[in-house]
Amino acid sequence: MEALQFFIAAVTAAGFGIAIAAFGCGIGQGMGLKSAVEGIARNPEASGKITVTMLIGLAMIESLCIYALVVSLILIFAHPQAATIAGLLGGH
Amino acid sequence: MGHPFLIFPKLFEAIGLGHFAHGNLHVIYSWVVMAILIIMGFICARAVKIIPGKAQNAMEFFVSGLEEFMVDITGEEGRWLFPIAATIFLYVLVGNLMGLIPGFFPPTANINTTVSCALVVFFMTHFIGIKYHGAKYYKHFIGPMWPLIPLFLPIEIISHLARVLSLSFRLFGNLMGHELVLMILFFLAGAFFAPLPIMALGVLVAGVQAFVFFMLSIMYFAGAMEHAH
Repeated sequence: MEALQFFIAAVTAAGFGIAIAAFGCGIGQGMGLKSAVEGIARNPEASGKITVTMLIGLAMIESLCIYALVVSLILIFAHPQAATIAGLLGGH
Repeated sequence: MGHPFLIFPKLFEAIGLGHFAHGNLHVIYSWVVMAILIIMGFICARAVKIIPGKAQNAMEFFVSGLEEFMVDITGEEGRWLFPIAATIFLYVLVGNLMGLIPGFFPPTANINTTVSCALVVFFMTHFIGIKYHGAKYYKHFIGPMWPLIPLFLPIEIISHLARVLSLSFRLFGNLMGHELVLMILFFLAGAFFAPLPIMALGVLVAGVQAFVFFMLSIMYFAGAMEHAH
């Protein structure tokens, strides 16, 4: 039953981890988007360049959330007692 | 969650190599990406004319747009890096987009493919640094003054290793997340139309992630070429 307790803790941590990461990512991307829209409002001619830069910046910020997602996936699917848990739950 | 239906492993099963195919999906589909790119290259290269037709015009616009974007970042002396950078871009783009075709699996959704692309960029960066600066390349890693070496050297080494991690995990995470969401939506909702919005997002993600990988690679190449501060 040690394995099951560890699994419960790991899954809880995975849920909270990705939620907090998404929260931070939302704020970060919102601030980037805000500056991009202000820039376009001041200077509509530069809207092409600003949009490209904004998309690149959003992809970079999103990648931080994706690192947290990968850690959460590791916690759910690839933690050390994965074989024991799969046996307990009947495998899939 | 059911097993997805994949075309190419089925072909391999027909010739008796099914076990290899199902264990190494990313290898099989990497071969498919290579075949697509090589065949497209042959067809396009043979049909090049001095006065371009419509398709050639579109391809020239696309390729020269990429090249000008690259030269903006690396400077004129970095133009010889365009073949490897564009190859990385096309490989990642075609690999990502293959996930949207039913019966195909994107090779970039496996960590091995993305780590291999990131390692190529990492070694190319150091090759460029040594080629441009010779033995003085070590000055990139030691910071502005020699008393600060114990501070700068570990930071620089960790930052270089983190480049490999970040490049590979960004691409892998995006594609694996996309595949997982699709699998879960099929399992939960089951009909044809439920995963469609996710696949529309997948087209955007495929293009953006390929472009971000390309842009970060050329920024690392440019950083290796410039003078150390």
